[in-house]
Amino acid sequence: MKPHSKISRRNFMKGSAALVVGVGATGLVARFGLSPSASAAQGINGAPGNQLDSWIAIAADGKVTAYTGKCELGHGLHTAQTQLIAEELSVPFDRVTLLQCDTGVTPDQGTTSGAQSHPTNFNQANLALAGATAREVLTQRASARLNLPAQQLVARDGIVMSRTDASKRVSYGELVAGAKFGTALNTNASRKPQSEWSILGKPIKRPEIAAMVTGQFEYVHNVRVPGMLHGQVVRPPFVGATLERVDESSVRGMAGVVKVVTKKNFVGIVAEKPWQAIQAAAKLNVTWSRGPALPKHSSFHDTLRTQKPTRDTFTVNSKDVDEKIGGAAKVIKATYLYPYQMHGSFASSCAVADVQGERATIWSASQAVYPLRDSAALVLGLRPENVHVIFRLASGCYGCNGADPVSYDAALLSQAAGKRVRVQLSRKDEMAWENYGYAFVIDQRAGVDATGNIVSWDHVSWSAVMGGRPGGGNPGNVASGMLAGFEPAAFAARSPAPDPTNFGNMSNAVPSYVTGCVGTRCGGTGTIASQRVLTHNIRSPFFTGPLRSPERLQNTFAHESFMDEIAASLRVDPVDYRLRHLADPRLIHVLQEAAKLAKWEKRPSPRSGIARTGTVSGRGISCVLYEGNNGYCAVVAEVDVTQSTGAIVVKNLYIANDCGPISNPDGLNNQLEGGAIQGISRALLEEVTWDDEKVTSVDWRTYRPLYLGAEVPVIRTQLINAEGRAMGAGETAVTVVPAAIANAVFDATGARLRQIPFTPERVKAALAAR
Amino acid sequence: MATFTLRVNGQNHPVDVEPDTPLLFVLSDDLALRGPKFGCGLGQCGSCTVMLKGEAVRSCITPVNTVGNSEITTLEGLGTLEKPHPIQQAFIDAQAVQCGFCVNGVIMSAKAYLDKNARASDADIRQALSGVLCRCGAHTRMMQAIRQYAQGVRR
Repeated sequence: MKPHSKISRRNFMKGSAALVVGVGATGLVARFGLSPSASAAQGINGAPGNQLDSWIAIAADGKVTAYTGKCELGHGLHTAQTQLIAEELSVPFDRVTLLQCDTGVTPDQGTTSGAQSHPTNFNQANLALAGATAREVLTQRASARLNLPAQQLVARDGIVMSRTDASKRVSYGELVAGAKFGTALNTNASRKPQSEWSILGKPIKRPEIAAMVTGQFEYVHNVRVPGMLHGQVVRPPFVGATLERVDESSVRGMAGVVKVVTKKNFVGIVAEKPWQAIQAAAKLNVTWSRGPALPKHSSFHDTLRTQKPTRDTFTVNSKDVDEKIGGAAKVIKATYLYPYQMHGSFASSCAVADVQGERATIWSASQAVYPLRDSAALVLGLRPENVHVIFRLASGCYGCNGADPVSYDAALLSQAAGKRVRVQLSRKDEMAWENYGYAFVIDQRAGVDATGNIVSWDHVSWSAVMGGRPGGGNPGNVASGMLAGFEPAAFAARSPAPDPTNFGNMSNAVPSYVTGCVGTRCGGTGTIASQRVLTHNIRSPFFTGPLRSPERLQNTFAHESFMDEIAASLRVDPVDYRLRHLADPRLIHVLQEAAKLAKWEKRPSPRSGIARTGTVSGRGISCVLYEGNNGYCAVVAEVDVTQSTGAIVVKNLYIANDCGPISNPDGLNNQLEGGAIQGISRALLEEVTWDDEKVTSVDWRTYRPLYLGAEVPVIRTQLINAEGRAMGAGETAVTVVPAAIANAVFDATGARLRQIPFTPERVKAALAAR
Repeated sequence: MATFTLRVNGQNHPVDVEPDTPLLFVLSDDLALRGPKFGCGLGQCGSCTVMLKGEAVRSCITPVNTVGNSEITTLEGLGTLEKPHPIQQAFIDAQAVQCGFCVNGVIMSAKAYLDKNARASDADIRQALSGVLCRCGAHTRMMQAIRQYAQGVRR
């Protein structure tokens, strides 16, 4: 454990060192499923999820193979899922081989996204339930074999034995002997109680990291198959351009060029070597028609607010908001602006495809192997069952990055060339055509009574959408699918918004401080009864898609900044003021724990006696219940602001997080730290830019993120290891950090930042406006 | 096409490629090495970093015909899965990785710098890594791992 991390409630770290396993090269290969057929005790051919055999197989030697549809994306999930199975089956960690995300062998679990892997696989369903069912079945069989009642038996290290006489024992291998279980998951199977965990809950190291740091790990970029050629795509130079002509003679005679491929507006080249493909793609003479002019970048937030048609949704509407705010002692208003940001995956996306006649195999870093199987089948004109998608890790994706479109690219080029083709996008093609995270305008308005309590909260937002995850049926939701002739999912306008019928948190559009009542049911976490949340979507000129903490980050930035603005206008402490309007005990708890960790000094913001020049310091807080049901997090940020330059440096972050039972505290810390650093990069630096015809953020000079040279904060975490339902933790920290920084800057300087990113120019402008 | 003999991780490798091919493609495709990787192809992220005569260079913008028979060291040349180099071990100990794609650039850049500046301060190390990118936000752990390694070098 890192010295800066603390775990509260239970001291369960004792004796964990012995569980940290070393895994040799062979073990690692099997563990990451590089050769599924070799390690699977039984072949599971994309079977439905209610059969135990879809999830777990036990070989005669007692080795366990488990199958999951939730993939490792660099967040430690593979290790956590392996711990889960080892724990539920009472076998050592390194006896479990977990095969992930392969439409030939693993169950269909849709998409690995939205911090949903823990809710899905670590509660009373799916993978966890399979582990519990298997232990139950094995114990029943041992009971029959040993002629002892099941309650007198205990499972240890893959052996079921009598609690009182260890000589009466039988191993899993003997009980199953490599055969199928032939039984359904038992929805009532008993999970092992958290108090008895000895593997799950421990900071077991990720075995693949040793392979990554020694250059042995196979990413999708490293997949090499015999006879493989290399492709490059030629994307249009303008948004909305259509293909007029491809002059194949322009690359005739170039070394290694095998084929020029066109399909509708899709253009690509296949060559023998990657450098040959890159050069030929650059030289290929392609004529494009221009698309319509793009809305101006400088006034895009006004475009968002005014463009028609819209799709309007009320999430909550108590229908008394105008009246309550009209009668309030004080009314506070603010508008918050958020840009398009990109996933900007570190490595441009890559896939390898082998399309032969009626069949296809695609090695892809898609977060959604089964949906990709179906959508790639549409693109290729094949039957879904004839498409085999095999997951391989790429660089961090953080959502709907280029993994799906490049899989279509490789598949289209392979189909046209009749050869296996690998495609890795150029940096520009990755950045100019990905599905950006949503730009937002958010108007907030609140009425406060004479005692300083908020009596009504009014939230209106505008955001732009086009495309998104392709799912199984919409390949046009991403660039290459659209270029190949598919339309993005239709934009369904709807105005005015209908009344809400059920409460939904709507990606944290609903602030934490309202009751969330729709009809007689209340799903919120706060106390404010008068509430209205209205969202407007418009059609985006660029592809959009879920980017780590989609909408939750934008909304939480607006809510948590606004809460601070209200507290400041009343000259009250921002933590106290939040507590006055919160009802959820766990959200209250993380808020208090973060404040305690930061040694929060109770006082209003901004701090008194601020120097108007030089470098000044401040603190800010922010909290969220992610999506209203999936992970509690609060953070205190301490920042320095250099007023002459407008530079912000985040010096310290104090994070309290409660995602239920903790599977692996070191993995959880890594997620919180990474999310927090990414939150700093997003808050301070990142913004997609464009001119009147094309995106101009096309490399790391024109889309500048947080490099390793930057001064980054010391991050201290308080992990709250609660009992009950497992929740997600991948997106909590990134959600709360930007508002905490804005609030800290306000505390330090008295200047309020309402537009992300907080560039030096915007900081200086806010300082000048004090 | 032209033939070159590259000296990589202590061994000679004859290759037959276009003379202006970036060294990265020769290493990752002709030699099937997995350490140096294509991240941006523009020398902006560090993913392709190798050591050429002890200096960290960006192999994605280094034409193969400019390296002669100089010694090239890749991530694989430092240590193995069974016996990692101390800087690799420091990254394992600190679990200083998320997706791990950038770690080649981080380790190779840090090692090349510390080989010549063993007493470097944290600020010096950050400066040396100012052109190296990580998108997962493993910054704090990576700095911790590099610091741990640097302390070992100094002892």
